[in-house]
Amino acid sequence: MADISAPAATPFRLSMLLYDRRYRSMTIQVFVFILVMAFAWWLVGNTIQNLRVMGKDFDFGFLGQRAGYDIPSPPIPYTSDDTHLRATIVGLLNTVIVSVLGCIAATVLGITVGVARLSNNWLFARLMTIYVEMFRNIPLLLWILIVYAIFTEVLPPPNAYRGEDPAASMILFDNVALTNRYTAIPSLGMTNNPGDLDLGYRILINWAVIAFAVVLIGGWFLRKAVLNHAQKVQDATGDRPVTWWKNLAIMTVPSLLLIWYFGLHLVPPELKGFNFAGGLNVQNGFVALWLALTLYTGAFIAEIVRAGILAVSKGQSEAAFALGLKPNWTMNLVILPQALRVIIPPLISQYLNLTKNSSLAIAVGYMDLRGTLGGTTLNQTGRELEAIVLMMLIYLALSLIISGAMNVYNNRVKLKER
Amino acid sequence: MSELHAQTVSFVRETMIPPAPPPTRQTGALSWLRENLFSGPVNTILTLLGLAIIWFLVSHFWDWFAHSVWNAASLAECRQIIAETWGEGARGACWAVIRERWNQYLFGFYPMELYFRPVMAFGFLMVALAPVLFSESLQIRRIVLIVSAALTLVLMAVLGAPMVWLAFAAVVMIGAVVIAERHAPWLLIFSVLYPLLGIWLLWGGSLWPQIMVLASIGLGWLAWKLLVRVSPLLAMVAGVLVTLILWLVAVGPAAEDAQRLIPLAITAVDSDQFGGFLLSITIGVAGIALSLPLGIILALARRSDMFLVHTLAVMFIEFIRGVPLITLLFVASLLLNYFLPPGTNFDIILRVIIMVTIFAAAYMAEVIRGGLAALPRGQYEAADALGLDYWKAQRLIILPQALKISIPGIVSTFIGMFKDTTLVVFVGLFDPLKGVSDFVRANFAWKGVYWEPFIFVGAIFFIICFSMSRYSMFLERRLRREHR
Repeated sequence: MADISAPAATPFRLSMLLYDRRYRSMTIQVFVFILVMAFAWWLVGNTIQNLRVMGKDFDFGFLGQRAGYDIPSPPIPYTSDDTHLRATIVGLLNTVIVSVLGCIAATVLGITVGVARLSNNWLFARLMTIYVEMFRNIPLLLWILIVYAIFTEVLPPPNAYRGEDPAASMILFDNVALTNRYTAIPSLGMTNNPGDLDLGYRILINWAVIAFAVVLIGGWFLRKAVLNHAQKVQDATGDRPVTWWKNLAIMTVPSLLLIWYFGLHLVPPELKGFNFAGGLNVQNGFVALWLALTLYTGAFIAEIVRAGILAVSKGQSEAAFALGLKPNWTMNLVILPQALRVIIPPLISQYLNLTKNSSLAIAVGYMDLRGTLGGTTLNQTGRELEAIVLMMLIYLALSLIISGAMNVYNNRVKLKER
Repeated sequence: MSELHAQTVSFVRETMIPPAPPPTRQTGALSWLRENLFSGPVNTILTLLGLAIIWFLVSHFWDWFAHSVWNAASLAECRQIIAETWGEGARGACWAVIRERWNQYLFGFYPMELYFRPVMAFGFLMVALAPVLFSESLQIRRIVLIVSAALTLVLMAVLGAPMVWLAFAAVVMIGAVVIAERHAPWLLIFSVLYPLLGIWLLWGGSLWPQIMVLASIGLGWLAWKLLVRVSPLLAMVAGVLVTLILWLVAVGPAAEDAQRLIPLAITAVDSDQFGGFLLSITIGVAGIALSLPLGIILALARRSDMFLVHTLAVMFIEFIRGVPLITLLFVASLLLNYFLPPGTNFDIILRVIIMVTIFAAAYMAEVIRGGLAALPRGQYEAADALGLDYWKAQRLIILPQALKISIPGIVSTFIGMFKDTTLVVFVGLFDPLKGVSDFVRANFAWKGVYWEPFIFVGAIFFIICFSMSRYSMFLERRLRREHR
C-alpha cells in the first residue's frame, strides 16, 4: 500500500540549502571547511614564501648537530659534545622531574591545608585561609622570583659553614646545607654496589633500582592477590581473614631485605675545601622552582579538596553513622569516595597547570625543555620555527599523557549510574 | 494521688523568673578560647603551631618593617640611614625605591607629562564597566560612578593634566553620572564606544581612524538596513562584508586624508613606551573583553552536532590548553614573521593580546561548556517547544542561565589571565614584576633591591585579583534566583 500520509516529496530547490534544516548544517560545514582550508593554505603559503625569502628550510637535521653548551647536573650523562637531540631529552627529563616532584608535594600540601581550613581551630583555619588567598591572588612568577631571591640573597655562601665557629649551621641533624649556590642534601650510598645496566645511548640504570622496581611491582600484585583471596573467603564463609599484617609484610620485608643486601645508607654532605662534597648538590634554580610551584599549586589544590569535602552532603555521614559505621570507616567508605569524584577532575587540570607552569624555569635558569630546546638550542641554530613547533608538540604530548592517565583513574572512581 | 499531694504542696510560683545568664564557664573570652582553640589535644597542638608560625613571621619581619626608610636617593643611602638610626647591623625596608620609581612601576616609560591620559582611560573604563558590572543595583552603580569620577578628576589634576583635558573628562564623567540617574541604558552606548576612546587615549595620535572605523560600522549597518527587507541572511552578510572591506581598504587612507584636512591629533605614544601595570592592565582588560565572546563561540561550537565544527573546536581547545602560555607568546614574538605575508610587522602588544586572548578563550570555552552541560535538559526542550530557532534559544534561554552557572569559573579564568600578563617579560615587554624591577635594579643606585618591589607589585596584584574574586561572589549572590 502506498503511504498516503507522507507529504508529497518537494523538489529540491537551491534555497533549501539555507532554509531547510536538513541541508543547512551541510552548507554551514562546507562553508567552514572552505574557510579553514583557505586560512591554512594562506598560512602555509606565507610560511613557504617567508622561508624562501630568509633562505631557510624546514628541517629537523639540526637536532643531530653538536650542541656545544653545558647543562648543570643533567639527569642522564651529557656533555657539551652531545647533540641537540640529547640536550632536548635532558631538558624534557628535567621538566618531567620538576613536574612530578611538584605534583606529589603540591598534593600532600594541598590536602593538608584543605583539611586544615575546615578544622575547628579558629586560628589555624584563618592562617590557612590567608595562605590560600595570598598564593592564589599573586602571580606564580612573583613567588618563583621571591623564593629564588631568598636562596641567592639571604642564604650564606658555602664557605660560611667553614671553620671552628661557622657563621651558618646545617639543618635536619647536619644532613642538609642551604647555601646561596646550591642545596646540599645527602646522597644514597651502597656498600655492595651491583653495578649498572647499560641501556645504550650512555643511559645507565643501577641494578639496585631495577631490583627495587621488581620487588615493589611484585609486591603490588601479591597484595592484590591476598585481597582477592580475602574477598573470596569472605564471600564463601562470611568471615574476612585478617590481611593487614600480610600486606604490611609483602610491602616492606622484601624492600628491607634489599636495603640490607645492598647496604643502602645516606651519605651526608661534607664541606671539603670551599664546597660541599659527598652528598648531592642540588642547584638552587631547581629547588626554588619546585618550592614555588608546590606552594602555588598547593593553594589551588587546597581549595579543590575543601570544596570536594564540603560537596558531600551532611546526610551521607549521618546515614553512615546511623548504619553504625565507625568514624574512620565512614571517612573511607562513604565520604572519601564521593569527595574524590568531585576532587579528581579539577585536580587533573591542576597537575596539567603545574606541568605547563614549570616552563617558568626560564626565570631561575633551570634548564628544562624550554631552556634547552626553546632557549639555547633555538638561539644557537636560529631554527625558530622547528624548535618552537617541536617544543609545543612535546608539551602537548605531555599534557595529553597526563590527562589521559588521570582520566582512566577518574573513570574508575566516577559515579556508576544506571 | 494528686489529691494526696495537693495537701503537701506549700509553694506555687506565680510569676516568671527572669532568664538567667548562662553559667560563666559557657560564655566570655575564656570559653570561646576553650571551644575554638583548645578543645582537645590535636586542637591545642594546632593552636601552638599556628602561634609558632605567627611568632616566626613577626619576629623575622617586624624589625624590617619598623625600620622603614622612605627618603633616600639610593640603596646605600638607605642602609646608611638605617645604620645611623637603629644601630649597626639593623635591617630595614627601603621604600625609597618605590617613592623614587613608582611611576615606572605604574606607567613604564610612558611620557611623564602624559600620565593623566592612562588615568583618564582607566577612569572612563570604570564608567564604561559600571552599567555592565552592576546592572542589578542602582545604588552600587551610583557609588562606583561617583567615586571613580571624583578619583579620576583628582588624580588627573595631581598629575598635571591641562585644563582642556580636565574639562573634557569632567564633562564625560559628570554626564555619565547624570545619565545613569535619568536613562541608565544609554550608558551602554558609552560602554560600546569605550574601546575606540580608550585606544585613542592610551596610544594617542590622530582621532580620525577611530571616527572612520565608526563610520564604516555605520555604513555596514546601513547596508543591513537596506537589505533586511529582502533577506535577513543576505543583509547580515552584506553588512559584515561592507564593514570588513571598508576596514581593510578605506579606513587607513581616509583617516590620513582627513587628518591632513583637519588635524585632530594628540601626542602619539609608542608601544615600547608602555610598561608596568599600565601594560598589564591594558593586556588584561583587552584579553578579558575579547576572550569571553570567543570562549562562548568556542563552547557552542564544541557542543554543536555538526561534526566538522565540533572537531575543529575540540582540536583548537585541546591544542591551546595543552601548551604553556610562554610557548604561545614565543609564537607571537618569533613565529608570526613566518606566518604572515612578508613585510607585515604589527605591534608587539597587539600580538601578545591576541595570543593571551586565544589562550584564555580556550579555558573559558571549557568553563562555559561546563555551564551548558549543567543546565537541565528540560530548558533546551522548552526552548525548542516554544519554537525558538538556535540563536534565539541560546540568547534568550540557554546562555543567560549557563553563564550564570559558570560565573565562578569565568572569573577565576580572568584572574589567571591577569596574573599571566606578567609572562610578557619573556618576550621583551616591561611587565611590573620582572621587567620594570630588573630595569630599576640595573641602575647602580638601586642594585640589589629585591623585597620592596616584590611586596609593592605583589600587593597591587593581590588587591586587583582579590577584588575580582569578591566581585564574582557578589555577582553569584545577586543572580541567585531561587531560595531568596
